[in-house]
Amino acid sequence: MPDSPSIVVNKLHVRRGGVVVLDEISLAVTSGRVTGLLGPSGSGKTTLMRAIVGVQIVEAGTITVLGEPAGTPPLRWKVGYMTQNPAVYGDLSVRENLRYFARILDAPAASVDEVLETVDMTAFAGRVVNRLSGGQRARVSLATALIGSPELLVLDEPTVGLDPVLRRDLWSTFNALARQGKTLLVSSHVMDEADHCHDLLLLRGGKLIATGTPAEVRARSGQQDLDEAFLALIGEKTE
Amino acid sequence: MSFRATSATAIRVLNQLRRDPRTIVLLLGVPIVLVFLLNQIFADRPEVFQQIGGPLLGLFPLITMFLITSITMLRERVSGTLERLMALPLAKFDVLAGYGIAFALFAAVQATLVSIVAFGALDLHTQGPAWAVVLLAISNAILGTSLGLFVSAFARTEFQAIQFMPAFIFPQILLCGLFIDRAQMAGWLRGLSDAFPFTYAYDALHQATALGAFGGRFALDLGVTLGVTVLAIALGASTLRRRTG
Repeated sequence: MPDSPSIVVNKLHVRRGGVVVLDEISLAVTSGRVTGLLGPSGSGKTTLMRAIVGVQIVEAGTITVLGEPAGTPPLRWKVGYMTQNPAVYGDLSVRENLRYFARILDAPAASVDEVLETVDMTAFAGRVVNRLSGGQRARVSLATALIGSPELLVLDEPTVGLDPVLRRDLWSTFNALARQGKTLLVSSHVMDEADHCHDLLLLRGGKLIATGTPAEVRARSGQQDLDEAFLALIGEKTE
Repeated sequence: MSFRATSATAIRVLNQLRRDPRTIVLLLGVPIVLVFLLNQIFADRPEVFQQIGGPLLGLFPLITMFLITSITMLRERVSGTLERLMALPLAKFDVLAGYGIAFALFAAVQATLVSIVAFGALDLHTQGPAWAVVLLAISNAILGTSLGLFVSAFARTEFQAIQFMPAFIFPQILLCGLFIDRAQMAGWLRGLSDAFPFTYAYDALHQATALGAFGGRFALDLGVTLGVTVLAIALGASTLRRRTG
């Protein structure tokens, strides 16, 4: 079923601390593609991703992931999740962190070396995470999401704070994973990254303001620059 | 629960300890220094050391594992690693059991070392066998770990977690019967001490070391200790949420 969507969200409504964070959102994420979840800070990107991996309390609506309700136990084997703040153990080495995740996921020991290679951290395998830079720590956190080669990757701002070369490399890695048939949902608050994605979801104030390929979003807004397109679409909505 | 995820967690926790040699030295060294101090301050009254030395050996792991667990678990909760774990194929019980096993192993080392010093160098004598003290120390360490896991849910910061030591542990030490026989306590104090798990942990040690008695009272003490451990683990598991707001 290559064409059936990996994620289907229907009228998802989430409140955090009495404030509406996601307001009746409906969307679909196509399998085998890189979908960019774009929007400013506080637009609800992280909450949406948390809901998709099943760690967010949801008020209303349904989320179907790989054919099952989000958060059900079989999905914990199939969905890789990278949190926004690196969720790794600072007092362990890079390799010890990854080994722990590999053991939980019953992944072969060799998979640790593979993901280290993917995020270009092989040289730092023995380094204690607390001694790494912020960007390196983010890459370790990304590596934990890749362990066990999950079908769906939910990556919360994986490229924030990384240098341009590494960012480009990671986006090409994401595209390579999609070519292998994996589905990726990748968030960013930087519009420049939209062109690395096959599909876009533009989120603002808990509402979805546009979806489509980067070309479609440009065409709809009549703007070549995606930052401008975003602004134009916001104007369209508020008028 | 699964053996895979539980053992993975236990190995991870032990690795974290191993990466922190200063904490290991403190955990292993401090009880030995304290037992030595106790021995020295009662140098003129050796019967006091003989009376309280044994029970203290078995109570150290309870206190240290309570503290260390409440802080490491609090870190898991606030650093985001717990949320990350909850998105993985591991049961809440795997996390709790992983911690329990790791700290019980560590407590076994701690209790053995301090017992070697106390029985070997400081001439401590007990009615019951020394290994009974070590075994009780391990069961107390698991009790301390399970209580620490549970109370970590009620702290938001490490400062708060530290305060659970005087708030939660000190009253229990004062009332458990170590400093004053429970029979001599005022009724309400005695009632309080009846409700504290430390009382039973201490009494089991007292029965084993001072009396060498492994009868009905000892069985009751052990039963209560294990029962509270199970209860605290169940309550602790209920504070680990897959989904949060």
